[in-house]
Amino acid sequence: MKRSDSLISEIKKSLGSLIVSTHEFRGETTFVVTPAHIVSICKKLKQEFGFHFIADLTAVDYLGIKIPRFEVVYYVHRFGDDFDDHTRIRLKVPVDEKNPVIDSVTCVWKGVNWLEREVYDMFGIKFRGHPDLRRILMPEDYEAFPLRKDFDVKNRKPSQKCFERDLLEGNN
Amino acid sequence: MEKIQLVAEKERGDGVKEQSFILNMGPQHPSTHGVLRVVLHLEGEIVQKAVPYVGYLHRGIEKLCEHITYQQCLPYTDRMDYVAAINNNIGFVLAVEKLLGIEDEIPPRAKVAEVILSELGRIESHLLGIGTNAMDMGAVSAFLYCFKERERVYEILEMVCGARLTTSYPRIGGLPTDLPQNFEEVIRNFIKVFPKTLVEVDKLLTRNKIWLNRTKGVAYISAEDAIDLGLTGPTLRGSGVPYDVRKDIPYLGYEDYDFEVPVASDGDAYSRYLCRLEEMWQSLRIIEQAIDRLPDGPYKADLPDVVLPDKQKVYTQMESLIRHFVIVYNGFNAPKGEIYHAVENPKGELGYYLVGNGTGKPYRMHVRGPSFVNMQALPYMVEGAYLADVIAAIGSIDIVLGEIDR
Repeated sequence: MKRSDSLISEIKKSLGSLIVSTHEFRGETTFVVTPAHIVSICKKLKQEFGFHFIADLTAVDYLGIKIPRFEVVYYVHRFGDDFDDHTRIRLKVPVDEKNPVIDSVTCVWKGVNWLEREVYDMFGIKFRGHPDLRRILMPEDYEAFPLRKDFDVKNRKPSQKCFERDLLEGNN
Repeated sequence: MEKIQLVAEKERGDGVKEQSFILNMGPQHPSTHGVLRVVLHLEGEIVQKAVPYVGYLHRGIEKLCEHITYQQCLPYTDRMDYVAAINNNIGFVLAVEKLLGIEDEIPPRAKVAEVILSELGRIESHLLGIGTNAMDMGAVSAFLYCFKERERVYEILEMVCGARLTTSYPRIGGLPTDLPQNFEEVIRNFIKVFPKTLVEVDKLLTRNKIWLNRTKGVAYISAEDAIDLGLTGPTLRGSGVPYDVRKDIPYLGYEDYDFEVPVASDGDAYSRYLCRLEEMWQSLRIIEQAIDRLPDGPYKADLPDVVLPDKQKVYTQMESLIRHFVIVYNGFNAPKGEIYHAVENPKGELGYYLVGNGTGKPYRMHVRGPSFVNMQALPYMVEGAYLADVIAAIGSIDIVLGEIDR
């Protein structure tokens, strides 16, 4: 455990001012980083610190809770030199509601291709530089973004009213 | 393969006309293991380009879970990888326990039972994976041997939780009911009879000339590509990368069990088959150790806020009735925060990303399905190969569309 702790403080030092804030919850370290530098941060993590594997990429919609509204979440994994020293860290990137665009990290890890497509499909966040940004789970002619908080599950379309009602009733 | 579309016709030097065309494989095709559509650009029998289309089974599980309490999410999870439903259930339960911070409160009996059940799920899923992979290539007898044995696993699951396919068994905080009285006896019997089937499958396939020709060197993926693509499970270990969540980020006390992570280094369909076969032997080892140490005692945690009270008390005591009502109706309030919990599913790393907001419902639940990420490797595996190898590749990745589409 100690090795990963020292690694995390090393990363913190190396990334410096690119990290907006750090927090820890249930033993998982999260760095909130600036959206403009996400590709260079990921490249650095992969090349200098050996985070060759990305476990997960997703997004969360904090409508009415946080500004900027969206957060793209990366969960990267380091195997260690002999596959014996496993460290995971989470990167979070705030994305603005008016211009939901972020640089794609497909140039760092090929495996995020479908995960980024899923985020685009569900949240409408566009990934700049993605080789094949199309809807993946929903039909190609579908217009709404279903995992946004203002999506009405019952009528299957976006609805601000529905979101406000849910907020009043305490359903998220 | 329904629709054949002519794309281009070009003349070869010797005056013979050559045609390249697009072949639409699926969505309804038995060897795609569900409703998967792969658009294949063919030149003769060689695949130039393969584009998978998924989403035909999308049910919006992640969205649905935002509107229901944590316990109500559980039945949705076994509709993802329905071949190993119990592993999905256990993964979800562990993720919520991590979010609540109650992992240490779970009694040892529940943990050991969950280990046994998840290894049974692994055996069941690998039997299906190997059986259908062989059947797609014409070896129907191996499929029958595998399915015969799978039935035995289903009988055990039915005995434990009453359901065969959609188990929904463990609960947040332990097990809903104690294990049946003859559980130990049944498991010991299974340990005794199961190796026979494994040996039979081994004899049928491992040195079978046709099987070797169809899988050796087919659907190759290198170790570097496998890591870069985020592959996990036997698909990754078949390329020589010894990453297994059970060993490397242990949960449920897997660090106390003596087992090995089988690795094969050729990176082809045959290596992945060997990994699966050996993993079943290792699962059997784990089950044997677990049943030896299955302790008596409580099967659910003593957490009145999270765990439902005993049914008997609900009928006789006012306080228990109120507690029961509150937990069923409102759920329990999970703290504000986010966690990611991974378990080693038969197909790879299954991760749950949960965001709690202090209420009884998850603010966001994301499922990192192993099949979803592994499926990306298909174009890398089949481009430049024969059309028939696409079938071998899909079978060797061992996908379940319910999990890809969610």
